[in-house]
Amino acid sequence: MIQLSHLQKLEAEAIFIIREVAATCEKPVLLYSIGKDSAVLLHLAMKAFHPGKPPFPLLHVDTTWKFREMIAFRDETARRLGLGLIVHINEEGVRAGVNPFSSGSRLHTDVMKTQGLKQALDKYGFDAAFGGARRDEEKSRAKERVFSLRSAQHRWDPKNQRPEPWRLFNTRKAAGESFRVFPLSNWTEKDVWDYIALENIPVVPLYFAAPRPVVHRNGAWIMRDDERMDLLPGEVVETRMVRFRTLGCYPLTGAVESEAASLTDIIAEMRSSRSSEREGRVIDHDGSGSMEQKKQEGYF
Amino acid sequence: MGALAETRGAPAPAGAFRPANDEGQNAEGSARALLRFITCGSVDDGKSTLIGRILYEAGAVFDDQLTALDADSRRFGTQGQAPDFALLVDGLSAEREQGITIDVAYRYFSTEQRSFIVADTPGHEQYTRNMATGASTADLAIILVDARKGLLPQTRRHSFIVSLVGVRRIVVAVNKMDLVGYDEAVFRRIEQDYRAMAAGLGFSTIDFIPVSARDGENVTQASRLTPWYRGPALLPFLEAVTVAAEVRDEAGFALPVQWVNRPDLDFRGYAGMVAQGRLRIGDSVAVLPTGRRSTIARIIAPSGEVSQASAGQSVTVTLADEVDVSRGDVIASLADGPVARQELRARLLWTGEAPLREGAEFILKLGTATANVSVTQLQHRLDVESFAEVPADNLPMNAIGLATLRLDRPLAVLDYAGSRELGGFILIERLSNQTVAFGFVEELRPAARLGAGATGQEASLPLRLRRALAHEVGRAGSAQRRAFASGLSWRAGSSLMLAGATIALGASGGVAATLAVGDFVLRPLVHRAHKRLWRREGAGELQDGAGI
Repeated sequence: MIQLSHLQKLEAEAIFIIREVAATCEKPVLLYSIGKDSAVLLHLAMKAFHPGKPPFPLLHVDTTWKFREMIAFRDETARRLGLGLIVHINEEGVRAGVNPFSSGSRLHTDVMKTQGLKQALDKYGFDAAFGGARRDEEKSRAKERVFSLRSAQHRWDPKNQRPEPWRLFNTRKAAGESFRVFPLSNWTEKDVWDYIALENIPVVPLYFAAPRPVVHRNGAWIMRDDERMDLLPGEVVETRMVRFRTLGCYPLTGAVESEAASLTDIIAEMRSSRSSEREGRVIDHDGSGSMEQKKQEGYF
Repeated sequence: MGALAETRGAPAPAGAFRPANDEGQNAEGSARALLRFITCGSVDDGKSTLIGRILYEAGAVFDDQLTALDADSRRFGTQGQAPDFALLVDGLSAEREQGITIDVAYRYFSTEQRSFIVADTPGHEQYTRNMATGASTADLAIILVDARKGLLPQTRRHSFIVSLVGVRRIVVAVNKMDLVGYDEAVFRRIEQDYRAMAAGLGFSTIDFIPVSARDGENVTQASRLTPWYRGPALLPFLEAVTVAAEVRDEAGFALPVQWVNRPDLDFRGYAGMVAQGRLRIGDSVAVLPTGRRSTIARIIAPSGEVSQASAGQSVTVTLADEVDVSRGDVIASLADGPVARQELRARLLWTGEAPLREGAEFILKLGTATANVSVTQLQHRLDVESFAEVPADNLPMNAIGLATLRLDRPLAVLDYAGSRELGGFILIERLSNQTVAFGFVEELRPAARLGAGATGQEASLPLRLRRALAHEVGRAGSAQRRAFASGLSWRAGSSLMLAGATIALGASGGVAATLAVGDFVLRPLVHRAHKRLWRREGAGELQDGAGI
C-alpha cells in the first residue's frame, strides 16, 4: 500500500476540491492575492488539470496600495504560467480618494477590497471564486465551509451553513448565488511553507528577510514602499532587517524583524514563534468579531 | 532476517522502469501520523472548554490570541476572572454571546509526537447535523459526560451517530470531576452505565478518563487528585493511541470520475480521487454503471507520470480504448469493485427542517454522481432512548431511520461499511438546494440482509455468528485474513517443532502428538487471557509482537 504523507493527503484533497468546482460550477475564477497561500493554490490548480491548463482565469482585486514587488510578481507569474489575469480596481473608491491613511483601515478595506471584489464578481458573472483562506488563520474562519455559499448580495450566513460530510460537497445554488471555495481549508501555516519548500514554489521575495526602509507606527514596523506614505511628526525611516509573514496593503501590513532569508530559516522561525501570522494585519484588530462581520458583508 | 531486509531495501533491478516519486513517501513515519478526532456530548458538558484547554497547554495558542482571549473572557466569559478557554474555539459572535457552540470548528495542532485535527462539535440537538459532519471524517471520538449528570439523551444520540458514521475508537471523558470531589464511585458508575449503553454500537475499544477541563486535571498531565485512576491523561493518550489501519487498499480499486480532462484532441483523461484499492498501468477495468471494458494506459499523479496509484490519491488516468466515460461514472477493477444499483436500502440521518415522508423526491449525490431519487419506503425509525427500531411513517429533523430509495438511473455503489466514498451519500432538496439527509448504504448482498425488521429484533443468530467469525479471521482476500493465515501457520509450525523436540528427548509419538495438539489449541487461549489482563492495565500493543 502506498502510504501517503500528511502533505500528500492535503494535496490530494485540495486537487479534489478544485476539480469539483471546475466540474460543477459554470464560471469559476481563482482569487489571486499574490501571497504564499495563493501561490500554493495556483500550483495545485496547475496540477489538477495537467496536462491541460486550469479552465478559469486569475482575478486580482487591486487596492492600489499593494507592495510594488507584489505587482511585479503577479504579472510575472501570470506570464510564466500562460494564464489569463483580470485586474480589478474599484474606480469609484479611487475617485472618492479612499486610502488607508485618511480613510482608516476599516473603510479602506471595505471599499477597495470587499466592494471591489463584489464589483468584479458581478461584472464578469463568476459563480465560484477560489480563495486561499485556511481554517487555522482565524477563529471565524475555523467555522467556514469548504464550499461557502453566498447570497446574490454576497452575504455569508454563518448560522445556516450546509453540512459537508465526508468529501461530499453540495454544489447546487440558485441563480445569482455564488460560492467561495477554500481548497486549503485544512492546511496550516506550517503545511503551506513545507509544501512551498517541497515543491519549490516561487513566492514574493518580501517573505524573506532583507534590509528594508521601515517606520515604527502604532506598534508595528510599516515599510514605506513609496512616496504616498507621509511621515508623521517624529517618525524617521530606518533601514532594518525585516520580513513579512503575510502580505496585504503595505500601510496595513506590519513587518517582523528577522534574519530568516531562506525557506529553512522561515520554517525554523515559525516553529519558535509565539505570535500568529495575522498579528501583523491591522484590519483584524478592529474587535474580536471583525473578521466574521467582514465576511458577512462579502469579504473573502 | 538481515538478508531479507537488505533485499527488500535494494533498488529495483535495471530495466524495471520506476518514475520519480512512484513509491509513496513516508517521511513523517507512523509516530507523526495524523489523528483526526471529534469532541461530542451534551450541551454544557465542556467540549469547547476541553479543546481550548488542550490547545492552550499544547502551546497551540499564540500570544496575540491569548491577549484577545483575555479581552473576550472579560466580555463574554463564564469563568469569572479566569480565561474562558471555550472562547478560543467558539469563533462566531452568536456563539460567544450565547455561550454555546453552533457550528463545527476545526482546529489544528501538533505536539512532538503527533499532528491533530480536532472537530469541536455542537451539543445542542438542533445542530446535530454539524456534529455528524465533524464525525464523518474522524478516526476517534471523545465523548464528554458531565460527572454530575451522567448519561443524557444527547450522549446516547451522539454515541449512535458516531457509531453510524463508522468511528470505532471511543474515549469517554468524564468531565467536571472537580464538581464531584474527584469521587471514584461517580466515575465508575458512569463507566458502567456507558458500557451497558454502548454494548450494541460496535465500538472496538472504549476508554474512560476522569478530567476537569476547567482546571486542567488529567488533560495534559496525570492529576494528583485522582490517585485511583492509573491510566494516562487525555493528551498523552491521544498521542499514543493507534487507530485501525485503513485496509481499503486491499479491496478492488474504484476511481469515481470527477472531471474529463480534454485539453486537446490527443489527450482524454479521467480525473478523480481513488476511492479504494490500487490501480496499475495495464490493469483491466470496467466503467460503471455501463460495464464497458478497457485497460489503464497512463496514470498521472500530482508528482507526474506514475506506474501505479492507490486510495486517497488524486490522479488522472487514460484508457487504452475509446470508451464513453463521463463525470459520475466509476472506473473499477473487474473483481471486488462496486456494483451498479438502482434501488438502495440505506440508513438516513434526516437534517431537513420539514419531516421526511414516503414518496418524497430528492437529488442524491454519491461519490461524484448525482441522480434523482424517491424514498419509496420508510422501514423504521430509531428510538434514541432505547436504540429500538420503531415503525414510522415520517422522519423528523435529526431522526435516524432505514429507508428504501429508488434511483432514476443505476449508480455504482458499495455498502457504507466497506466504503465511505461509495457508500455514503447526501440528499438535496430540489427547490431549496438544502442538504436534507446523510445516507449510509446498507449491506448490498440480498442474502446477507439484516434480519432486523420493523419488529426491532436483533440480527439472526447464524448471521451474528458469521459476523463474529469474520471479525476474527477477516474477509476472504483481505489483509486481515492473510495476517490470520500467517499467524496460523506460525502457530502450526511452532507446535510441530515442539513435537519434534519432544521426540528428540525420547518421548513416544503419542506423547509428542498430545503435547503438540495441546500447545496448538491452548496457547492461543492463554495468550488471549494474558492480553486481556494487560489491556486492563492500559498496555498498548506491540506491532507483530515486536518479534518477542
